[in-house]
Amino acid sequence: MNIVLDNNHSKEQVAMRDAYCQTLIELARWNEDIVAVDADVMNSMGTVPFQKAFPDRTFNCGIQEANMIGVAAGLSATGKIPFAHTFGIFATRRVCDQVFISCSYARLNVKIIGGDPGITAAFNGGTHMPFEDMGIMRTIPEMTIIEPTDATMMRDITRQVAARYGVFYIRSARKNVVKVYGEGSTFEIGKAAPLRDGKDVTIIAAGILVDEALQAADILAGQGISARVLNMFTIKPIDKDAIIQAAQETGALVTAENHSIIGGLGSAVAEVVAENCLVPLERIGARDIFGEVGPEDYLKVRFQMTASDIAAMAQKAVARKGKSLA
Amino acid sequence: MDEQKIREMGILAHKIRVETLRAMGKLGFGHIGGSMSIAEVLAVLYGGVMKIDPRNPGWDGRDWLVVSKGHAGPSVYAALALAGYFPTEELLTLNQPGTNLPSHCDRLKTPGIDMTTGSLGQGISTAIGVALGHRLNKKDNYVYLILGDGECNEGQIWEGVQFAAHWQVDKLIAFVDANKKQLDGYTQDINDLTGLAGKFACFGWHSQEVDGHDAGQIVAAVEKAKQAEGRPSVIVLDTVKGKGCCFAEPVFLNHHMNISPDMAAEAIAELEKDLARCGCKS
Repeated sequence: MNIVLDNNHSKEQVAMRDAYCQTLIELARWNEDIVAVDADVMNSMGTVPFQKAFPDRTFNCGIQEANMIGVAAGLSATGKIPFAHTFGIFATRRVCDQVFISCSYARLNVKIIGGDPGITAAFNGGTHMPFEDMGIMRTIPEMTIIEPTDATMMRDITRQVAARYGVFYIRSARKNVVKVYGEGSTFEIGKAAPLRDGKDVTIIAAGILVDEALQAADILAGQGISARVLNMFTIKPIDKDAIIQAAQETGALVTAENHSIIGGLGSAVAEVVAENCLVPLERIGARDIFGEVGPEDYLKVRFQMTASDIAAMAQKAVARKGKSLA
Repeated sequence: MDEQKIREMGILAHKIRVETLRAMGKLGFGHIGGSMSIAEVLAVLYGGVMKIDPRNPGWDGRDWLVVSKGHAGPSVYAALALAGYFPTEELLTLNQPGTNLPSHCDRLKTPGIDMTTGSLGQGISTAIGVALGHRLNKKDNYVYLILGDGECNEGQIWEGVQFAAHWQVDKLIAFVDANKKQLDGYTQDINDLTGLAGKFACFGWHSQEVDGHDAGQIVAAVEKAKQAEGRPSVIVLDTVKGKGCCFAEPVFLNHHMNISPDMAAEAIAELEKDLARCGCKS
């Protein structure tokens, strides 16, 4: 892990899907086993340049997500390294059994990229807004789940995922997100990336809520609360040690995810806390509620995922310190 | 293929039934109907049609078999053991704790099983993926696929059927074990699949229909299928669910049955009588 922070809170020049696809093309130039499988959303997922570069190694299945996942599994059985792309709702909800049996149970080597996590589905609305994708994937044994934070992390994670055997689910916004990391930063899958140290509370965030968490830490600093911020970009396997250390050193935790509080980051952290280190824990995320249509900034407020929501939740967690957790 | 070889395949089918019954008889239950109905196609594939090396199950020059109707695992295991992948005594470990022979096919447990199956509909997609992988790897191995007729209720089958035709996956040869019954009864009464061969043909597949209990017809159909350049092939096997097993064949609901040692012994004795008439022992 070698992290350089970019503290400007400004949008990336490059869209996540472009950073991803460019990296995949670079990898595929020297690794002829890398192939792409798609399901008629190549233009949305940004994988058209891969198809142009490697037409024989791109299989657009049309509107057939189940078949796409099975084809990917079969390709991997012959030594290929398939990357399967579609929106997060289809990549998980629609093909849960194909991922489970054809890929994971069969111990094959398939990388699944789900676009538009949570509120980034925006104008596609509630039908297309995965607040449950991580919950579905997290129960599949040996699955690795990663939510890259920005284009720099996306590039590094794509390289690492291509080089590792197994079934991976990467959930990522397709468009430009806030830049958090300086160029050249590298990350370790399964290890939380520390963003800011603090002693009163730890905010454990992922995805687009990482930047909100950093802003929340600024708000809290103004109120005299010192907040640690961890980027838990690997949701599974979760970095248990970092959670326990944060609980012991700061005494209160807040999770912040662009997902339901059921099944995702908040649940994973709660499991570690309940088994290892009882401290007050509060969770930011969709509260057992369906998504809805609208611009992302509206949805962030609607589902209480803003920096001020996170700061308020942190205050609540801090206020519970020393009180009975029973 | 000469007549003697075809005759041997017919005998092998009987032996597959006997070994399957021994394993299920010891266990006390099993997916008997669909295991018996595919005995001939398994005998044809492992008795000479597939390029395989039982001493080296992972040989990269081999033909592959995906048994999408994964619940027929026990008869596939019998075929694998008789082909020399592992000792036939191991068949008696079917479903025992720690076994390498689970109810449904598992590529990681059983030597010779090429793909994990068990949730119906998925094998067609994985078989296509394997065939495309071979194409990219510049190999000309065939991928054989066994589907059930009831399994063709699954939407994923028809996703795969469209996709394989579009990509001209001509190294894929699928069989449909058309035994006319699914778990709950006749396919015709549950969700009618009549005219399967025509349905595949409409989607652009090379399509044939043969007697699925006649090894000679199956062999001839595979040879024809290999001539169908640029198209995937299907061979719809007209079969009888429970075929050749005296306690299962006449029973209406014979998808999964309880099997007492006496039932198994009686069915094995009948099959052995047939084998003896051919001058063979199981």
